Amino acid sequence: MSVLLLADHDKGELSPATARLVAAASQLGPVDILVVAENPAAIAAAAAQIAGVRIVQVVKAAETAESITNSLESLAQRYQSVSASASSVGKDVIPRLAAKLDIQPVTDVVEILGPNRFTRPIYAGNALETVTDPQPKHLLTFRASAFRPAASGNAASVESLDLSVTSAARFLAAHRTESDTPDLATAQIVIGGGVSVGSAEGFQLIEKLGKTLGAAVGATRAAVDAGYAPNDWQIGQTGKIIAPDLYIAIGISGALQHLAGIQGAKKIFAINTDAEAPLVKIADVALIGDLFEIVPQLIAELEKSGIKH
Amino acid sequence: MKILVAVKRVVDHNVRIRVRPDGTGVETTGVRMSMNPFCKHAVEAAVQLVEKGQASEVVVVSIGPKQSNDVILTALAMGAHRGVLVETDAALETLTIAKLLAKVAEEEQPDLILLGKQAVDDDSNHVGQMLAALTNRPQATFASEIVVKGSELEVTREVDYGRETVALPLPAVVTADLRLNTPRNAALPMVMKARSKPLAVRPAADFGVDLAPRLVVEKISPPAERVAGKTVGSVADLASAIAAEVNEMEAL
Ligand SMILES: Cc1cc2nc3c(=O)[nH]c(=O)nc-3n(C[C@H](O)[C@H](O)[C@H](O)COP(=O)(O)OP(=O)(O)OC[C@H]3O[C@@H](n4cnc5c(N)ncnc54)[C@H](O)[C@@H]3O)c2cc1C
Repeated sequence: MSVLLLADHDKGELSPATARLVAAASQLGPVDILVVAENPAAIAAAAAQIAGVRIVQVVKAAETAESITNSLESLAQRYQSVSASASSVGKDVIPRLAAKLDIQPVTDVVEILGPNRFTRPIYAGNALETVTDPQPKHLLTFRASAFRPAASGNAASVESLDLSVTSAARFLAAHRTESDTPDLATAQIVIGGGVSVGSAEGFQLIEKLGKTLGAAVGATRAAVDAGYAPNDWQIGQTGKIIAPDLYIAIGISGALQHLAGIQGAKKIFAINTDAEAPLVKIADVALIGDLFEIVPQLIAELEKSGIKH
Repeated sequence: MKILVAVKRVVDHNVRIRVRPDGTGVETTGVRMSMNPFCKHAVEAAVQLVEKGQASEVVVVSIGPKQSNDVILTALAMGAHRGVLVETDAALETLTIAKLLAKVAEEEQPDLILLGKQAVDDDSNHVGQMLAALTNRPQATFASEIVVKGSELEVTREVDYGRETVALPLPAVVTADLRLNTPRNAALPMVMKARSKPLAVRPAADFGVDLAPRLVVEKISPPAERVAGKTVGSVADLASAIAAEVNEMEAL
């Protein structure tokens, strides 16, 4: 009952979440990875090291939804499950492939209860749906944050596939945020800033706290909409889903769409002027006060204590 | 350019939903319903293309019970030209929705199909991509900008690493993200005018699509509740609480 898993990658590097996805997929059977990239070699080599991977298959192609879907489609017949991360790529391609194969997909899986039983959040995580999928083939996306990473140390074989895939859509340009903060989806500590951070400069303070702790930095939709933080920092129902050991929410009210992205956090700390803010109500530790006073002092305290994660 | 926009009636995004104690679903009786926020951005994008002289007609389609007329009327008040309700009381899966929309697209032959990227009830994020596959069109999901360039669109998409721009030859499918635009609130005269715009009601059973679900929903359950924590009195206390967490992580 083998599983095909599409690997996510960026700037020629395998996504750090892949080991978690391999761990998820392995619960269903032996895992083969597919890498679709213009320069796949380094990505495939990294994927081959993840424990539990049987073969890494490589297609050299442009990374549009159509070319990735067509690559998956040409291999799908051999697998009982075809899967990907619930990332912007997985969300783009798995439903497209599902329609081509006439399969109803099960996406954003957070728990695998059996070979064809899955749990997925609905209503921004305010409810959990348990489904049985009796179809002959399963099309799945997994939320990486919900699974513990597989070990490394494997040396799976890498096979190049000679597929010619076409795409009517053409990739024109990437616009990225230059930032050296850790990957939000897999970070152990995340600092989140809300709209009350007030400006892009204000976010530099949040980033500084992030650096002190070796943490990733995220934001609310309101902060992104206001132009204070880049869109790929958004955490929530329509942004990234995080599951750090510690989430520190600064000037964030805790709208349900934001909470949707942080339910997997082990501990939540909050800094807010409002003791009644929903985020303060669910926080494990809260400090009531003005972030502009607290955050610089907090950085100083942490530096003084010599903390460095 | 002719545009087809698909819209969904959902529990309003401000409602605090309640899971039924018997696990059969989420309580929807007596709950405020409205147009899925992402669909509003799709309608707004279509209407703006008309206003720029780049589109000539906007047809809006919704699939659902009779009450889904409300969200079609909202779209008509925003500026869409005519509506189609594919009526069914059954809860349909996303693949079935996409198949019904493909039938409507076959009849309407739109150059562009616009949808919201996801519905805030089931949070699936499937239908646009499925419809693109079924109609054999290129897709651009999670759009934050749409620019018409001759017979092509240049669409900027919100992706995990930031944003990317793709060129799509028409006909195409685009799904809307929240930063695509700011949906208008229709003024009262537009709301009145919407009632006189054409709205065709067609039973879902008439489209020759198998409406039966593939998946078996066993139960709907509430998520684990977080227990309230404590408030600390000083920055020093917060710093030591953070240090304690970090030490525990390092011990792992
Ligand atoms: C369809 C849909 C999808 C959405 N998706 C997302 C999503 O993915 N992610 C997301 O985050 N949001 C999302 N939202 C938006 C969400 O509903 C909220 O509007 C948003 O999360 C609020 O952001 P905020 O907490 O920064 O701002 P606000 O709600 O305005 O809260 C600001 C907070 O800052 C506090 N504050 C003010 N000044 C200070 C100070 N000096 N020091 C300390 N605290 C201070 C206030 O007490 C308040 O609690 C979505 C909304 C919709 C409709």
